[in-house]
Amino acid sequence: MTATSTSPSSDQTTSRPAFLDLRHLVKEFPVTAGAVLQRRIGSVKAVTDVSFSIDQGETFGLVGESGCGKTTIGRLIVGLERLTSGEIWFEDQEVSRLKGAAFRRMRRDMQLMFQDPYASLDPRMRVGGIIREPLTIQRIGDRGEQDARVRQLLQEVGLSPKSVELYPHEFSGGQRQRIGLARALALNPKLIVADEPVSALDVSIRSQILNLMNGLQATHGLTYLVISHDLSVVKYLSDRIGVMYLGKLVEISPSEEIYERPVHPYTLGLINAIPEPDPRRERSKQIQPVVGELPSALHPPSGCRFRTRCPRAQEICAEQEPPLRAFGDRHMAACHFPLQAPTAAA
Amino acid sequence: MGDTTGERVPSATDPALEPALEPGVGSGVAVGPGALEEEIRPPHHLVENLRVYAGNKIALAGAIFLLLVVLFAYLGPLLYSTDQVSANLLNGNLPPSSQHLLGTSPEGRDILGRLMLGGQATLEVALAVAALATAFGTLWGAIAGFLGGVADAFLMRIVDAMLSIPFLFFVVLLAALVQPSLPIIILAIASVSWLSTARLVRGEVLSLRTRDYVAAARSFGSGPWQIIFRHLLPNSLGVVVVNATLKVADAILTFASISFLGLGVPPPATSWGQVLTTGINNLFNGYWWELWPAAFLIVGTVIAINVMGDGLRDVVEKRLQQR
Repeated sequence: MTATSTSPSSDQTTSRPAFLDLRHLVKEFPVTAGAVLQRRIGSVKAVTDVSFSIDQGETFGLVGESGCGKTTIGRLIVGLERLTSGEIWFEDQEVSRLKGAAFRRMRRDMQLMFQDPYASLDPRMRVGGIIREPLTIQRIGDRGEQDARVRQLLQEVGLSPKSVELYPHEFSGGQRQRIGLARALALNPKLIVADEPVSALDVSIRSQILNLMNGLQATHGLTYLVISHDLSVVKYLSDRIGVMYLGKLVEISPSEEIYERPVHPYTLGLINAIPEPDPRRERSKQIQPVVGELPSALHPPSGCRFRTRCPRAQEICAEQEPPLRAFGDRHMAACHFPLQAPTAAA
Repeated sequence: MGDTTGERVPSATDPALEPALEPGVGSGVAVGPGALEEEIRPPHHLVENLRVYAGNKIALAGAIFLLLVVLFAYLGPLLYSTDQVSANLLNGNLPPSSQHLLGTSPEGRDILGRLMLGGQATLEVALAVAALATAFGTLWGAIAGFLGGVADAFLMRIVDAMLSIPFLFFVVLLAALVQPSLPIIILAIASVSWLSTARLVRGEVLSLRTRDYVAAARSFGSGPWQIIFRHLLPNSLGVVVVNATLKVADAILTFASISFLGLGVPPPATSWGQVLTTGINNLFNGYWWELWPAAFLIVGTVIAINVMGDGLRDVVEKRLQQR
């Protein structure tokens, strides 16, 4: 596991600006009706007022169920979606409103790694063309330099240079994910947003890809934002973890701490949902995982959004939205009835 | 190629890949049985595609028939030279003989030679229409599908509006207004033919543009044209090619029918449709040689091209399975 060079000081008190700072991100998707003249009949609040920051060289894990907005945050950061409101600061620059050449330039620093290695590679292009494409688009180097770079990248992700002549369908899922990683690395990004990097892969291949990601982080000084519904993946990779529920960040903490001292009942539910490798222990597990369905993001519950599924919910949870409170060093959670006692002041 | 199942392709590449990156966990990715196949390249797409196409025997027969028709139209006149310019009414409506293998037309021109000449015009019109309609319709549909929203609605309503114009009315009007010539005929047929291509490609692009590889292209800064030309068009090429093939067949039939309505090439030039029209006029005189050979060529060629389209569809669907 890569160690962060930063001191574990709290986000709020540090004087040095963060590497990536997300401030009050809001993303709403309009829901429309009508074929030609589209009337807006409402909006899905995919992300509602989410703020956190990531340090350089760190791996930040973002977990939550499908539909909680974690993928949207990833797409907002790399500029595939535009913010409804809020700010994204990347290396002292507000990047979410960039346009034109500056926007294209910024894209070099942040790259996306996709979940589905079968959909993320163009089936009509040879692997060489796929990995070269970012270089061509950003007009980096001439043809010969690009070829050399492609070979070097293939080697870095553990594929043969011969692969350049082949098509994606000639590779297995794990190999395709390596190709995707090589493409993401082509522009020498500083940040890689890995959206479910291994959830489409066989369990036997996952550890290879995760180890590869760890190795590349060390050699390239990469910062990762790993998005996953699978806490065990995030646990393996991350220095810090943020837990999202229905567009809100409900808990954020250093990785070790969140497993030992979860504060939010939802976090505990997610941890309990990790299967035990030992079947006897798995069967004898007493604790209840999170039950029920995720409420509609079109009409989220009042107050605490988790209250409809929370075993500890009381009246106040429906009336007041719990604020994020400190529960230790760099550990914050939003809950009226936390599992741990909060520290006095943040 | 040592193996022709086509399904074993991944294994051919495995051994060369996956050098043990992490001792203990590396080099375990689906190492297939093909450890000795390291140097064997999987078949090139073109070879693979030809093999799949040839697997459809009817499509293969269609391709051979079309090849013979092309040779007939373009090489035939070199082997069987006839006077297709001057009319000689004294030789009109002669039955087949050793001098005129398929008899003569009412103007005394050799029918077999006429079918060769008409074949050239027919094939040229059909190919030009298919090329023009496919290129324009593909671009139109790709832009509509990629832009989406209001632009998509606007572009596709234009297509709907044009589809609502009765084609035969349009043709009769055109024949009355202008002197028919090959370019006019090509434009007239293509102006209707591209509409369905636009619809087809728009639907295809609508589904392709949400793929992750398009998002990836956007994430490293590709603009709309780069995405359309690098990703969306190449990936819709398969269905477009099949569609273009069927357009050739359609254009032959359309050309034949509008020739009948007066929008044909001016004599002494001719087309299969015009030979057929003459034959129909003389049907009850018993001049079968003026009707049936032309009918056979039109129907045979159209069927041949249609079965070729089926064969190409096999190739494309095989490709789709690999997506």
